Amino acid sequence: MAEIVIKGVAKNFGSFTALHSVDLTIADQEFMVLLGASGCGKTTLLRIIAGLETPSQGEVWIGGRRVDHLPPRARGISMVFQNYAVFPHLTVFENIAFGLRMAKLPSPDVDRRVRRTAGLMHIEQLLKRYSGELSGEQRQRVAVARALAMEPDVILMDEPLSNLDALLRLEMRAELKGVLAESKTTTIYVTHDQVEAMSLADRISVMNGGYIVQADRPTEVYRNPAARFVGSFIGNPPMNFLPAKPDGAGRWHVAGQSFAGPRTGGAEFAIRPEDLHPAQTGLQAEVRVVEPLGPHILITAQVAGQPFRALLESDHTITPGEVITLAPVPDRIRWFDPETQKAIA
Amino acid sequence: MNDTSPPAPPQLEARRAGRFLFQAGIALLVLWVLVPIWFLFVNALSAPSEVTGFPKRMWPGFDLASIQFFLQFQGVTQALWNSVKVAVLTMILSIAMGAPAGYALSRFEFPGKEFFRVLVIMTRAFPLPLLALPLAVMFIRTGLDDTVLGLALVHAMLALPFAVLITFSLFSGIPVELEEAAWTLGCTRLQAFVKVVLPLALPGIAASAVFAFVISWNEVFAAAVLTIENRTLTAFLLQSLNVSPLPLKFAGGAALVMPALIFIFAVRKYLFAMWGIANR
Amino acid sequence: MPRALPYLLLLPASLFLLVFFFYPFGLVVVESLTRGGEWTTDNFTRMTGHWKFAPAFWNTIWLTAIVVPVQLIMALTMASVVQKLKTGRSGLLYIFAIPLGISDLAAGLIWLAIFEQSGFLNSILHSFGVIDRPTLYLGYQNMWVIFLAVCLAEIWRATAIMMVIIVAGMGLIPKEYSEAAEVFGASRWQRFTRVTLPLLRPSLQTALILRILMAFEVFAVVMALGGTSLPVLMGETFQWQFQLQDRGVAAAYAMVILGLSVAFSLVVLRLLHVPKGARI
Repeated sequence: MAEIVIKGVAKNFGSFTALHSVDLTIADQEFMVLLGASGCGKTTLLRIIAGLETPSQGEVWIGGRRVDHLPPRARGISMVFQNYAVFPHLTVFENIAFGLRMAKLPSPDVDRRVRRTAGLMHIEQLLKRYSGELSGEQRQRVAVARALAMEPDVILMDEPLSNLDALLRLEMRAELKGVLAESKTTTIYVTHDQVEAMSLADRISVMNGGYIVQADRPTEVYRNPAARFVGSFIGNPPMNFLPAKPDGAGRWHVAGQSFAGPRTGGAEFAIRPEDLHPAQTGLQAEVRVVEPLGPHILITAQVAGQPFRALLESDHTITPGEVITLAPVPDRIRWFDPETQKAIA
Repeated sequence: MNDTSPPAPPQLEARRAGRFLFQAGIALLVLWVLVPIWFLFVNALSAPSEVTGFPKRMWPGFDLASIQFFLQFQGVTQALWNSVKVAVLTMILSIAMGAPAGYALSRFEFPGKEFFRVLVIMTRAFPLPLLALPLAVMFIRTGLDDTVLGLALVHAMLALPFAVLITFSLFSGIPVELEEAAWTLGCTRLQAFVKVVLPLALPGIAASAVFAFVISWNEVFAAAVLTIENRTLTAFLLQSLNVSPLPLKFAGGAALVMPALIFIFAVRKYLFAMWGIANR
Repeated sequence: MPRALPYLLLLPASLFLLVFFFYPFGLVVVESLTRGGEWTTDNFTRMTGHWKFAPAFWNTIWLTAIVVPVQLIMALTMASVVQKLKTGRSGLLYIFAIPLGISDLAAGLIWLAIFEQSGFLNSILHSFGVIDRPTLYLGYQNMWVIFLAVCLAEIWRATAIMMVIIVAGMGLIPKEYSEAAEVFGASRWQRFTRVTLPLLRPSLQTALILRILMAFEVFAVVMALGGTSLPVLMGETFQWQFQLQDRGVAAAYAMVILGLSVAFSLVVLRLLHVPKGARI
C-alpha cells in the first residue's frame, strides 16, 4: 500500500521558483503522469518525491509515512533515470542485483529475483554483459529491471523513453504499461510527450510554470481542459481560440457567428481542430496552408484575423487562398474566462 | 581528349610534395625530441673513459661501469631513496587533500565554491618553488627542516592545485545520475561513493597520483633549498654539479629521466583529458 | 543532505593552502621588507646594488622573450600535425609529450651531453671534418653560447606542456566550425588564423601563463649548463639564500620574480580575453 500525498510542496533555486506550493494525491497502484514542457517543474517534483531534492516547504507522505526528511534509500522507492544510469563498471546481473545486495538479501534470493525481473524485461541473455556493450534500448530494459527487482512500493520514472527512437519508444511504451500494471506498484512518470502521457496514465497532472494546472483522467484532460493552457498544450495541433463578444442572454458573437455560451462575464471561444467540418453556415476561414497527413488534411487558415487550424477528412479538396466555411460540433465547443484563463463550465 | 599521355597534373605533384614535406616535418620533430635523450643514454651506458673521451661514438658501449660508479658514489643511494620517499609522500598528501576538494567542487553548489576554485587556479600564477624560502625558516622552528616530510609538504603544495583540478574534472565526468541511482537503490552517500564513483574514478585518480609523483621527483629548487643531509636525487646532483665528474652527471641524469619516461607512458591516456579540463 | 559536507571536504585543502601558500607568501613579503626586525627597503637596494642583479634580470627577460614565442609556434605546429594525423596519432603524441616528464635539471644534463667539450656537438663536427680539436663552448668567455644552449634546452624541455594544453584545447573545438569556414571559402591558413586560433584563446591563456611562469623560474637548466656564469633571477635567489645566507636579499629577489609573474599573467589574461558569451 503506497498512497503518495504531496502537501504544499514548493521549491526555490535562489530567486527562481521551480514549484509553487503543489498539492497532489496519488492513489495506491495508480499510474500518474506528470506532463509539461521543459522547465515546468515536473522533474523537480519527481526528484523531491525521490529525495534527490529537498523541498523548500511542504510535506511528502508515502504509504502513510512522512518522508521529506528521509534520504532516498529510506523511502521505499526506486527510480528509472532519463539516461538510464546503468553502472558502467558492473555487469547487467550486478546492476540488477545492486539494490538487493545493498538490502543484504541472501544470495539465492538475489539470484532468483534478478533472473525473474530479467525475464520480465527479456534480457536474460544479457546478464553477463557490461553497459558499454548494450544498445540504448537494452540499457533502458536493464534500468527498468533494476528498479523492478527491488519490488518497491513506488516506481519513479524520469522521461525513460525520451532517448529511444520513435519506433522503439512505441514498443517499449506498450511493454512498460503491461509490466508496471502487473507489478502493482504506484508509478509516477515524468514526460513531455503528450501521446506517451495519454497512452500510459491513469491520471495526468499537467504542469506549467511550477503549478499543477489540471490533474485528471486522460480523456478528461483532453476533452475538458481545466484551463486555456491545457487546451493549448495538449492535442496536436492544439485547440483553436477565438475572441467572443457578448450578445446578451447567453449568446456570443464569434467571427460573425452567434453561439450559445456562458451567461456571465467575458469569454473566449475554443474548439479542437478535429471538431470542425465544412458546412453551409459557420466560421469563414481563409485558407493559407494545406498539409495532407494521410488519413486527414490539416488546414491552417485565418478566421477573423486569428490563426486557426482544422483537421478534415482527406477526401475534401481544398486549395490555399480559398475561403471555406467551417462548422464546429456544438457540444465540443469550450469557453474560457480571458481574465483567469480558467474553463467556464 | 586527344592529348597523348598527359603529364601528371601539377596539383597532384604539389600535393605529393606537400605530403613529403609534412612527413619530413614529423620526422624532424620526432628526432628533435628523441635524439637528445638518446645522447644522454649513450653516455650513461658507456664506460667512464668513453664518456670523457673524444670523439664520441653515437652508439653506447653497453658498459655498466658508469652506472656502477654512480650507484657506489657516496650519498647516491640515499638520495635516490629520499627522492622516492618524498615523491610517494607527495602523492599521498596531494591526492588525500585534493580529491575530496575536487569531489566537492564537482558535486555541490554552495556559497564560496567559485572563490575556492579561483583561489586554486590563482596559485598557478605564483612561482611556487619560491615558497621554499620562507618555509625553510618555518621548518627550522618546527623541526621539519631537512626532513623528508618537510620537503614532501612543499611538493604537495606544488601538486595540490593540479590534484584538485584534475580530480574535479574526473568526478565531473561521472554522471551524477549514477550516484543518485545508487542512493535510490539503498546506498548511503558514502556507500554510493565507494561502490559507484570510486571504481569509475580510480584509473584517473591513479593517473593524477602519478602526476604528483613526477612533479615531486623532478623538483629541484625547493629540494635544494630545504635539504642538506637528506638530499633528494635532484638536490644531490645540483649541489655536486661543480665537483662531480661527467659520468656521474650523465648517469644521474639518466636515473632522473628513466622513471619519468615510464610514468608519462603509464598516464599518456589521461594527459590530454587532464589538461583539457585544467584549462577552465 | 548535510549542508556542511562540501565545506568539510574542502577543509583539508583550504587549511593546507592557508599554511603552505598564503602564510609563507606573507612571510616572503615581510622578509623582503625587513632587516634585523626593522622595516626597510635595504634588501632591495642591496639587491639592485649588486653587479649581478642587472644581468640576472635581463638574462631572465631575454630568455623568456626568445623561448616562449618559439615554443608557442612549435607547440601550435606539433598540435596541428597531430590533429591532422589519422594513424599513429597516440604514438606521436606520446613522443612529443615525453619532455613533459623530464626534470629541468635532467634537461640541462641532456644538453650538457651535447655541448660539453667532449660532447656530441664537437664529436659530430669532428666526424664531418669541420674541426680537428674539440672547442670549449660552455666557458664564461662564451656567454652567448651558454645562453643559446640554455635557450635550446628550455625549448626542448618545455614545449611539450604547451603542446599538451593546446592539443587538449583543440579537442574541445567541434570540427564543424572549421568545416563551415571551408564551405564559405576559407583556405587552410585562414581557417587556422580565423577559426582555430580565436577559439583556442582559453587554452592559449593557460599555456602561456604556465609557460611564462616557468620561464621566470628557470634555474636548474642554467646551473647544469653554465654554473653561475650566466646569472638568472632564480639562480641569484638560490645563491643569496644558500651560499650567502642572506634571506632578506633572497626574499627581495623572490618579490621581483613574483611581481614579474603576476604582471605577465595579467597581461596574457588581458590580451587573450574571451567575452563570456563567446566561449564554446
